[in-house]
Amino acid sequence: MTYIHNIGSYFLMIAEMFRKPTKWSVMKKLIFKDIDDLIIGSLGIIAFISFFVGGVITIQTALNISNPLIPKYLVGFATKQSIVLEFAPTFTSIIMAGKVGSFITSSIGTMRVTEQIDALEVMGINSLNYLVFPKTIALMLYPFAIAIGMFLGIIGGMAACVFGEYTSLADYTLGLQTDFNTFHIIYAFIKTFIFAFILATIPSYHGYYMKGGALEVGKASTTSFVWTAVVIILLNYILTDMMLG
Amino acid sequence: MIEVKDLHKSFDEAHVLKGISTNFEKGKTNLIIGQSGSGKTVFLKCLLGLFDYEKGSISYDGKIFSQLTEDEKRNLRAKIGMVFQGSALFDSMTIAENVMFPLQMFTNQSKSEMQDRVNFVLKRVNLEDAHHKMPSEASGGMQKRVAIARAIVNNPKYLFCDEPNSGLDPKTAIVIDNLIQEITDEYQITTVINSHDMNSVMEIGEKIVFLKDGLKAWEGSNKTIFKTDNEVVTDFVYSSNLFKKVRKMYIEENS
Repeated sequence: MTYIHNIGSYFLMIAEMFRKPTKWSVMKKLIFKDIDDLIIGSLGIIAFISFFVGGVITIQTALNISNPLIPKYLVGFATKQSIVLEFAPTFTSIIMAGKVGSFITSSIGTMRVTEQIDALEVMGINSLNYLVFPKTIALMLYPFAIAIGMFLGIIGGMAACVFGEYTSLADYTLGLQTDFNTFHIIYAFIKTFIFAFILATIPSYHGYYMKGGALEVGKASTTSFVWTAVVIILLNYILTDMMLG
Repeated sequence: MIEVKDLHKSFDEAHVLKGISTNFEKGKTNLIIGQSGSGKTVFLKCLLGLFDYEKGSISYDGKIFSQLTEDEKRNLRAKIGMVFQGSALFDSMTIAENVMFPLQMFTNQSKSEMQDRVNFVLKRVNLEDAHHKMPSEASGGMQKRVAIARAIVNNPKYLFCDEPNSGLDPKTAIVIDNLIQEITDEYQITTVINSHDMNSVMEIGEKIVFLKDGLKAWEGSNKTIFKTDNEVVTDFVYSSNLFKKVRKMYIEENS
């Protein structure tokens, strides 16, 4: 019953988020602040992880291709497919559920504990619109961060390939170009948009409706990470089956 | 004026407010007092519309709150100033930005007009040099004064204060009490204060509503509270030795 109640409350929260919008002059500043906190502030970790995981995917693929009949360009092809289809959109989103999600839950949760949300409500401000809507809009730029992640993942693979002498640059580049399917990029970005919405709203829900004190803020952050990751993985399965299956 | 009629509020099995009726008058500092667990905070949150209630009515200048549309409720709330127990200042904003916030949200004033108003109210609460400080850099007393400045910046019709003196030393507490009373007189606001501080009761309790176990046990003022024979009130008022001595002196002087 609790799960059904929470799912219902989550969708009601989303509906409420669009009601009684905050003045644009105020909202604009909130959106830019959230872009800075959530997107710009995450670029470093996305770049770092993508570059090195791209390298590891390349090394693992190269090491597991021992049969001389398998062409060397397959290393570049496998790296591209892994990064574009799964690593950049899905696994980076799970990492972001830890970084961005915890930040959102703890910041909104702390506002709940210290009565700042009550202060907004007493003033007649739609606190959900004020707090959650700018984060949702800011995270609509998340696909740009993922695009950078894809690019750096492939560059990381290229660096590992060339400097580790697993295959030639020409073979790696040929692998990147082989069977290039534009729809795979579209599929990855559709997934990313949906994950961005999940990354903004589920942690906000857990922060906004939490009860208790500082300890409960920590618990809410953990619960929010778990549920965000679970929903991303389930949606990843459903979207993949719908769009590629 | 705020009128409350037969207000009932429960949480699951717990019946917290059991039919409170009273009114809070314009231009007066109205105090809700009582022991911890008597229902003061729940009563205040019902008045603010933060809690729904099962039965009864609350009307603001004749308009029954529960019969208002959501937009009307939000418009009414824009006329309410609130000082929370923990001040509830926005941590990400400076003191000046906190005070300016209601003006940004509800008025179309230019930036210079808003800055003038912020300067005026910060001066009114003796914080003219604190504009650029963050709330975390301010003392408890300063935070309370900022909260009062934020509550009055948009000329509210109603001012609510939840335990405005909690965590403050007695001298600062008196400063805050006097400030609230001066502002109430000056702007003719309907002020409702939730407190269990007897100093506040004596200083500014122009109207006092005493709650006990979710019921109104007594109603009066700081002039009548020491004369009452109501045992529930006297138990509360004279729970400290200091007030027992004050009462003894009062009776001796008047006998």
